Amino acid sequence: MEKISMRKMKENQSGVISAIKIGGELGQRIRDMGLVAGTKVTVLGRAPLYDPVALRVRGFTLTLRNNEADHVEVEVE
Amino acid sequence: METTIALAGNPNSGKTCLFNELTGARQHVGNYPGVTVEKKEGKYSRDGHTIHIVDLQGTYSLTAYSVEEVVARDFLVNERPGVVIDIVDASNLERNLYLTVQFLEMGIPLAIALNMGDVAQKRGIDIDTKKLSTLLGVPVIPTIARNGKGKDDLMKAATRIVEEDTPRVPLIVSYGDDIDSALLEMGETITTNAFLTERYPARWIALKYLERDEQILSKGREQDPAVSARLEEITARVSEHLRKTLNTYPEVIIADHRFGYINALVKQGVIKIRDNQERLYASDKIDKIVTNRFLGPIIMVGVLMGLYHFTFNYSEIPVGWFEGFFGWLGETASTHLPDGLLRSLIVSGIIDGVGGVLGFVPLIMFMFFGIALLEDSGYLARVAFMLDRVFRTFGLHGSSVMSYIVSGGIAGGCAVPGVMAARTLKSRRERLATLLTAPFMNCGAKLPVFALLIAAFFAEHEAAMMLIITLSSWLGALLVAKLLRSTVIRGESMPFVMELPPYRLPTFRGLAIHTWERTWQYIKKAGTIILGISVILWAMMTFPGLPDSTLQDFEYQRIAARAAVSTEVNREVDRYDETTALSDEAHNLKERLMAIDSREAEAGLRNSVAGRIGIALEGISRWAGFDWRTNIALVGGLAAKEVVVSTLGTAYSLGEVDPEEDRALSEILPGSPGWSPLAALSLIIFTIFYAPCFVTVVMIVRESGSWKWGFFSMVFNTLVAFILAVAIYQIGSLIGV
Repeated sequence: MEKISMRKMKENQSGVISAIKIGGELGQRIRDMGLVAGTKVTVLGRAPLYDPVALRVRGFTLTLRNNEADHVEVEVE
Repeated sequence: METTIALAGNPNSGKTCLFNELTGARQHVGNYPGVTVEKKEGKYSRDGHTIHIVDLQGTYSLTAYSVEEVVARDFLVNERPGVVIDIVDASNLERNLYLTVQFLEMGIPLAIALNMGDVAQKRGIDIDTKKLSTLLGVPVIPTIARNGKGKDDLMKAATRIVEEDTPRVPLIVSYGDDIDSALLEMGETITTNAFLTERYPARWIALKYLERDEQILSKGREQDPAVSARLEEITARVSEHLRKTLNTYPEVIIADHRFGYINALVKQGVIKIRDNQERLYASDKIDKIVTNRFLGPIIMVGVLMGLYHFTFNYSEIPVGWFEGFFGWLGETASTHLPDGLLRSLIVSGIIDGVGGVLGFVPLIMFMFFGIALLEDSGYLARVAFMLDRVFRTFGLHGSSVMSYIVSGGIAGGCAVPGVMAARTLKSRRERLATLLTAPFMNCGAKLPVFALLIAAFFAEHEAAMMLIITLSSWLGALLVAKLLRSTVIRGESMPFVMELPPYRLPTFRGLAIHTWERTWQYIKKAGTIILGISVILWAMMTFPGLPDSTLQDFEYQRIAARAAVSTEVNREVDRYDETTALSDEAHNLKERLMAIDSREAEAGLRNSVAGRIGIALEGISRWAGFDWRTNIALVGGLAAKEVVVSTLGTAYSLGEVDPEEDRALSEILPGSPGWSPLAALSLIIFTIFYAPCFVTVVMIVRESGSWKWGFFSMVFNTLVAFILAVAIYQIGSLIGV
């Protein structure tokens, strides 16, 4: 197990969120969409220009810009 | 008293669909006072009872960060609807319940519409509605909003809640020892001081203080600064403690526990998963192709071209009917009204002006139908996803592309629906930057101007010129957007955090309602204001009329022309009705008379307010290579860009010029003093960038919510255009092009 930033996750890689390291509006938006510590996420893919990233979380598809994914720390196998 | 029910829920939960099913066509769209958030209302009747339904904006949460969420929150506490129907997407239960829990914590009477159970089942998710209802303590009614299934049961359950009118008891969620004890302490202070409690439950106010909710904080400080200060003190203490012990913030703990509460709830047998969740959904399979690195962009170009083709080709026929109708109306008015100012006002001012606006109606309808189709099917979110990286560089958002394309990103669009299409953007700054720059695209009305100038000066390089024009407008729009986002609309971009909803087949009813709503708004708003503006522009180009002596001069010229030929010929010309051929002599006379009319029109235009402005501006416009004639034409272009060509025609004494057939003008211009390929290029660039037409300005005002931005777009765009035109003309002259 190691903790990496979500930006570094590869396609189809899964992990469990260990921390959201940002407050304010962006942090709130991320949490309101169900990304809280302990949630399982899978990277579905990235846009043609490698940004934003598409995730499967709690059964739906969420997209985040890479600079937003930087604040999400994920524990991966 | 009439009962009010509010519909609330996450975006893409089928809320709008249910609203349409409940209210049918009996809807009213307005605005909440002071903000640009749409307020949708409708009526539902059954068994002789009529219920007033308000469709709140789809939100994921109830924070103070977005206008939509604040508006929803304010509506719930200020209007106190009898019950709120919370539409919950069954295939997405946990995230949807996050909002539900927040409603319950506010003590709002709730009925849950558990929507799209069929989709959930297909995904292998079974939901025990009874269990969910017992655990949450609110009725849960399964619905399928697409076909209205379950809507009557839902309304029965909802009205029962309104009738019973039991006291509102807020739900209490545990947030762990640290937060809970702080909430207790704060709750006591709040209750004993009756601090904001006439509107909100005490515990909820405490929660919002811990979350540092801007709106509640400022309301609190206003009501009782002392109590507010005490609560802020507790918040600071708890925050500090959490930071030291757990390296986290209260709002993080609150969100964690809220989802923890939901997880615990659904694990008590609410959700049963039949088979493997990991398998690909149908939507994922489509996305593997549609957002593929190579295929995605190709498909996107195809879809956007298709939308374009659909809108502009198929709306051509009904647009033709509208134009035909207004043409007929103008002609009828011309023949039945006596020659004079009244006729001129009605025909040139009112009918042409309003007709020009209403002529767009079919185009707008087609465009919005196409956009609604892309939006409701879920494709628009993919476009935003794919293009965000490009547009973000310029301070815009992936969704901005829609506005640009519709406005004429592929030459020939229209900025009016383009500006309206910016509505799909949720973030205010990006939306503003988009709708201010979209008019730089080359709308269909600018094309005759380009066609004229290209034919006159660049006939051999037609394709290359069109490419340069298209690229200039894109580059200009993106760079200006960047400029605006780093100056007047500076600020952090909104978090992108966006859901990619599953692909869905839109319902025709939904599309039709969507399309009509927006079209009607356009007719109402634009129709009234534009009428006034058309009359003003008409007056500017008509008054003051020529002095009597000058008019007499032209009359003498006519009399002289007629006196030079026989009475027979004169009679022939008077009887002429375009069906028979004229004799050579009569033809000559007619030509001469028309030439006199045209010279009179030119003199009249030159003498009018617009003409005087044009002449007065010559001193400045010379820098860009424009003379007074071009200036007037550009002023006329404020009404609609195609007017530039017809006004130039009048200014060059050509009489009536049809913008579609401007051959005469394109032959005259190259030989006229002051014209050169360089001046033409300068005018082309100016036309791309200068003030949008009035209809567009009115739409910018509507969509931005303030006249300030309408005026800004006129002044700023003209300035940008002028600077560019001067730069081209001066540099070109220097290097001797």
